[in-house]
Amino acid sequence: MGYVAVKGGTLAIEESIKRLKYERLKKGTVLECARIEGGMRALIDQVMSEGSLYSETLAAIAIKQAEGSPEEAVFLLKAYRSTLPRKHYSCTVESTDMFVERRISASFKNIPGGQILGAAHDYTLRLIDFALQDETDEGAVRWLNRFESEKSGIDVQGADLDNLPKVLDVLRNEGLLLPCGDNDREPDDVTKESVQFPTSRSQRLQILTGGQTGAVTSLGYAALRSFGALHPTVGELRVGNLPIYVGSLLGEGQAEEDYYYIGDIKVTEAETIFPVTVQKENGRKEIEFGIGYGMCYGQNETKAIAMSILDRCLESGDAGYPVYDEEFVLLHINSVESTGFISHLKLPHYVTFRSELDSVRKTRKGKGTVGEDEGERP
Amino acid sequence: MRMKYQFAFFDEGSKREIRRATLKAVAIPGYQVPFASREMPIARGWGTGGLQLTLSLVGKDDRLKVIDQGSDESVNAVNIKELIGKTTGIAITEETGEATLIQSRHRIPEIPLHAGQILVLQVPLPEPLRYFEPSEYETKKLHAEQEYSGAWLMLFEQIMKYGHMSTGADHPVLVHKRYVMAPSPIPRFDNSKLNDSEALILLGAGREKKIYAVPPHTEVVSLDFEDFPFVVEPFQGVSCRLCGARGVYMDEVHDEETGETLYQCNDTSYCLQRLNEKRG
Repeated sequence: MGYVAVKGGTLAIEESIKRLKYERLKKGTVLECARIEGGMRALIDQVMSEGSLYSETLAAIAIKQAEGSPEEAVFLLKAYRSTLPRKHYSCTVESTDMFVERRISASFKNIPGGQILGAAHDYTLRLIDFALQDETDEGAVRWLNRFESEKSGIDVQGADLDNLPKVLDVLRNEGLLLPCGDNDREPDDVTKESVQFPTSRSQRLQILTGGQTGAVTSLGYAALRSFGALHPTVGELRVGNLPIYVGSLLGEGQAEEDYYYIGDIKVTEAETIFPVTVQKENGRKEIEFGIGYGMCYGQNETKAIAMSILDRCLESGDAGYPVYDEEFVLLHINSVESTGFISHLKLPHYVTFRSELDSVRKTRKGKGTVGEDEGERP
Repeated sequence: MRMKYQFAFFDEGSKREIRRATLKAVAIPGYQVPFASREMPIARGWGTGGLQLTLSLVGKDDRLKVIDQGSDESVNAVNIKELIGKTTGIAITEETGEATLIQSRHRIPEIPLHAGQILVLQVPLPEPLRYFEPSEYETKKLHAEQEYSGAWLMLFEQIMKYGHMSTGADHPVLVHKRYVMAPSPIPRFDNSKLNDSEALILLGAGREKKIYAVPPHTEVVSLDFEDFPFVVEPFQGVSCRLCGARGVYMDEVHDEETGETLYQCNDTSYCLQRLNEKRG
């Protein structure tokens, strides 16, 4: 009897893991990673963004292993990231170098370079398309061929897609934006040193961009709806590819021609505008515009806009609402941290609960089941 | 794409970074050293702080023991052992005396630790002052100024409300007469084992990104008042239903048929060892 009562956990756990694999495979079909990469662009983008690791291939494997759960897939990706040596920092990226697929502005109708709708769910009716049940690979290829031939007939109005001007420059040139120079301080790497409060802007942006999509959206929404009542205007929202370069190993001070191009990343960038009251001389007040900034991997537009709202909140500092408090926002939006700590409640708490039980029993004098009511001196 | 994981999971740069924070922690007993906690293949809140310490310290000759709330076979312990076993191939033991490195969730083994051993405790909430001060920025200042009246006040309020200190596990301690420290949710019963320990005790909080330490032979005192001394969970007149041990931390077991409350050692490897000795 003795051995049974204290042992046996390992076997049960092994069986549970088998059961999980069974659930993934029980219908006798296997989801190929290539199909995930092909058809689950949005999930891949979300997982890469929350996982802070840009690799569609790895994200697809993680999604497969996680049976499509974003929190699990992000977890896998982040854990894998911990095994990778950091060899380089990339060179500074200018978002004006983006090869734009989509770019819209809600502030001006006519913007230099034009509004480019690109691909977005925004303009669709959310009716379930039952025809998708019968979609075939052959049908897809036929559709693609037709799409290509249609496209060649349309006149692309000669827009220079990898050199579009920024919408905010219009305001900047009029002197309506709060002036801010380039901040060329080396960014603090939050993966190398844990954040200490108060944080730097680079730390805030890194944490926000890696935040859980739902959490960033909810907190941004709270600031927008009532707690802080900020109503920004989207100055410009861009989706497109940015080229990434690294410097040579030989040291600093090298010419730009010596940088190595290592590939493109797709990102969403949001620049939002907020009216700010500025005190001038003699107590006179003026309204100028402040900016909120959001950028994340992949096409994650809601997250990028919500991030820009939170960036603005944290920049302006404490206004009496939690979403302006950097500890409240930054320490609670990381998916691996929040889901991990909540799921740890499923672990045994036998010892800690026993200890708590003892305290509870003591407060209800005479109801303890053990020996004397008083505790022992150690 | 197929990748091999390397010895002890991390790249060497990460291990060095964690060891550097650990050295600082040892040099300032009880002080919470911030470190860039890595994401692990085990969930945050499931011992990733302890795990990172263990992985940064483990060498090929180490013998590892992992305990979860007293048991070597509980979910958390099994997970962690499997990960470390898979990525290092080192020997794993259940015997406390044999292990060079012991990672534990919320218990200090019953068998006294000896010099040369390292005990790694997993910490969910490293900040003993968090209960009354939610801001990290503020608690850091309180520690720097050794302003601990809040900690005492918390205990005082418990006495006023309930007639005694009502901390469950994780009763705060004063380390080396300087820092108030959360001993991790070990039962109050285990607090005294921190004092003047032969072994090095390291505490790691992965989610909260802190490492702290109680070096060997450091004074650790549980906070209390002269007229309300610190007391541990009582186990007088109680013995283990399996091995008959007394004076150790017990789990309560409820017998479904008789409705009786029975007791057995919480430290399962201690219990087994006693059983085996009896049989042997």
